[in-house]
Amino acid sequence: MRTAVGAVAVICAICGHAAAEENLSIFSPESPPANSVRDLFYLIFAITGVIFVLVEGLILYSAIRYRRKPADASAEPAQIYGSAPLEMAWTVAPLLIVFVLFLVVVRSVVEAREDPTHANRLEVKVIGHQWWWAYEYKGADGSTVVTANELHVPCDEPGDPTPVALTLESADVVHSFWVPRLAGKTDLIPGKSNRMWFATDKPATYYGQCAEFCGMQHANMKLLVISEPRAEFNAWLENEQQVAVEDATVAAGRERFLALACVNCHTIRGASSRGAVGPDLTHLAARQTLAAGAAPLTREKLIAWIEDPDSIKPGSLMPNMHLSRKDCELLADYLESLK
Amino acid sequence: MAVVEGASPDTPDFAAGSRRHAAAVVSTWVTTVDHKQIGILYTVTTLVFLIIGGLEAMAMRLQLWSPDANLIGPDAFNQLFTMHGTTMVFFVVMPMLIGFANYLVPLMIGARDMAFPRLNAFSYWLFLFGGLLTYFSFLAGGAPNVGWFAYAPLTEYAFSRDHSTDYWILGMLVSGVGTLAGAINLVTTILTMRCPGMKLGKVPLFVWMMLFDAILLVIALPPLTAALAMLLLDRGLGAHFFDTSAGGSALLWQHLFWFFGHPEVYVMALPAFGIISEVVPVFSRKVIFGYESVAAATVAIGFLSMGVWAHHMFTVGMSNALDAIFSGASLLIAVPTGIKLFNWIATIYGGRVRFATPMLFAVGFLAMFLMGGLTGIMLAAVPVDWQVSDTYFVVGHFHYVLFGGSLFAMMAAIYYWFPKATGRMLDERLGRWHFVLMLIGFNLTFFPMHIAGMLGMPRRIYTYSADRGWTYWNQMATVGAMVLGVAFAIFFWNIYVSLRRGKIAGDDPWDAWTLEWATTSPPAPYNFEQIPIVRSRRPLWDLKHPEDPDWDHE
Repeated sequence: MRTAVGAVAVICAICGHAAAEENLSIFSPESPPANSVRDLFYLIFAITGVIFVLVEGLILYSAIRYRRKPADASAEPAQIYGSAPLEMAWTVAPLLIVFVLFLVVVRSVVEAREDPTHANRLEVKVIGHQWWWAYEYKGADGSTVVTANELHVPCDEPGDPTPVALTLESADVVHSFWVPRLAGKTDLIPGKSNRMWFATDKPATYYGQCAEFCGMQHANMKLLVISEPRAEFNAWLENEQQVAVEDATVAAGRERFLALACVNCHTIRGASSRGAVGPDLTHLAARQTLAAGAAPLTREKLIAWIEDPDSIKPGSLMPNMHLSRKDCELLADYLESLK
Repeated sequence: MAVVEGASPDTPDFAAGSRRHAAAVVSTWVTTVDHKQIGILYTVTTLVFLIIGGLEAMAMRLQLWSPDANLIGPDAFNQLFTMHGTTMVFFVVMPMLIGFANYLVPLMIGARDMAFPRLNAFSYWLFLFGGLLTYFSFLAGGAPNVGWFAYAPLTEYAFSRDHSTDYWILGMLVSGVGTLAGAINLVTTILTMRCPGMKLGKVPLFVWMMLFDAILLVIALPPLTAALAMLLLDRGLGAHFFDTSAGGSALLWQHLFWFFGHPEVYVMALPAFGIISEVVPVFSRKVIFGYESVAAATVAIGFLSMGVWAHHMFTVGMSNALDAIFSGASLLIAVPTGIKLFNWIATIYGGRVRFATPMLFAVGFLAMFLMGGLTGIMLAAVPVDWQVSDTYFVVGHFHYVLFGGSLFAMMAAIYYWFPKATGRMLDERLGRWHFVLMLIGFNLTFFPMHIAGMLGMPRRIYTYSADRGWTYWNQMATVGAMVLGVAFAIFFWNIYVSLRRGKIAGDDPWDAWTLEWATTSPPAPYNFEQIPIVRSRRPLWDLKHPEDPDWDHE
């Protein structure tokens, strides 16, 4: 019974129907590069699966069929020193299989690497930091729009998804950009510029996380890709392009932010805060999560994060500023206004 | 050399009482240059490191039992997986196999010792001190936490400010020099010390595979040593080899490391293939099927293994041409590996298989290693690698190769040669329990990892959230790890009781065919009273079957 449940679970997982809220299965692709890997995997799985069953069967058959029986305790079996035709067969057959696989692999590598030429393609520069992501878009007027941790992409009509081409760089150590349902992973390497692309026509939130060990908080360097209809995406990008709102009701918090060391690391465009070490906070309140997916963006978590970053993400490079509770609340008031 | 001449011929009597006697025993072991005692020192030391590395793994599995667990913090977890990998590769699998070779190669080729006995002792002590130096980091502020392949620039001073990475570098350097010296010693011994009649084409397959294993080490280790020295210069003297902020190259480290690291995988696999090539024939009661093709496949694997390193780097953005070359070479290596597997199966086929514990582990090896080989083919397919590289799928894959493969073979070797080294048999009933629990625990631990990886779980994360849907697979793996803990406890208990009360083995308990079984158990320091003269690959078969000697067939 247990094995039956296990088998069903395995099959469900393999088919990508595992009941997880955040699906990261390579078997539920929603983008051409991920689709082609799934298909290639099925092909190789079929070939290796047949080999697996045949050879395991052969091992078990030989071991069981030829186990020693009490009757033949003393005599030695016939000594067979080898067989040229047999050995030739199990050299040539694998060679042929491997050769076919090689051709298939080369074709899929070349196809997957081709940079998309779609007229509407979106170019985004991704910069990996310990332990968060910076994204640079080109605004409608050609200016650079910087945001962090949540990658918004447009999806147009079904059947004609807009390719998103990423340029991947790193500000410190090696990271890896991996959203399994969109594409395989590509590393972000300091001193090198990598490219990858994906395209999806299904509006959804896609999950992933950094896939190359990058230090203390590698586990909480999560990826969120939000695919939304073109109109919504354009509205989002236009909003991101604006300088920060100035809400008079949170002037006290704004004043604290600008007076404290926050400005050394964070940029808030329009508020004379130009630090370049931590994430851009100009539209922080428009995001869903905090600290690269370490916590949902709620007032309670925001205050906890400002008060003691280690309580949410131990080892995070944001220092504990030892602020009073009052200051933390004022700062949270201000940050929550940054829609 | 006076101390050496006083060395005890036998393994010491563990029950002996007086303090003076204990001191004499310690002095014997510390000063020995006898290849058999050094082999035992290697084996015992690596078994201790195996316990340490295993406990580190079990601690990680406990942390990953539930999502968002707080049992072990990120820093400690990162130290655990770094030390687990470093320990298992550098202080368990590789030195244990070198230890076996130390013990067995001179006996198998009818020699009295290794070519350079004192260099041999030097190799062991460097390995031990390299291990102790690496572990000393725990007392000196924290263990290394950069992963066993220590990707630059995470290892640069800017990102790794304490001394843990320095301990790692120095430990690797010291034990690496020991390993290199040991490899040179093995090559020299095998090439120059074979007994009369034993042409290179007539050595036991274990010896043949150790020859190519040692050659691989001689080629692969210097790049690692160079890379370690460069990293040390970067950290200590402000050089910029891997310092990307000053124009250094992060990829240079990856290339140098994996140019060592992939042959290293075969360094850990070839001796295991050698063990299987000895155990399977003896317990199937048949000569190895196709000695020549198994030997040739070894050469092919050794050659190809030096041209596949960048398959660890398919995600770094290489060109299509490089991806294709390294993918093709990696796929190609499946062919000689397959040849070996088929030859072993053909050896069993038509035999009269005696399922003593060594053979149980050998068949376990065949069944598990096959799985690791086939997932290796998946990983050699570049686009599939883009998805599952650096995930738990890879963790599952290489544990099927190194645990299901190498470690199962090493267990077969210990059950097979323990009687030769100690004069006593390991207990068969405990051995069967050990095997069954290890087989179940192993599959329960590592099979689910493939699925977790395909569901998107990266390796080296200290925690995960429940929403990801990985909990079930992690819990299976943790249960499996605990079963493995029990299996190893039985194994060590078996050694403990068998050393005291085990059945007396006699010279040749398995009715085997290679020269080590032609002398006493344990052998005298000089190994053989008279240097044997051989005419075939199975000298003891010839003795036992004068009517049908092997040389009529070779």
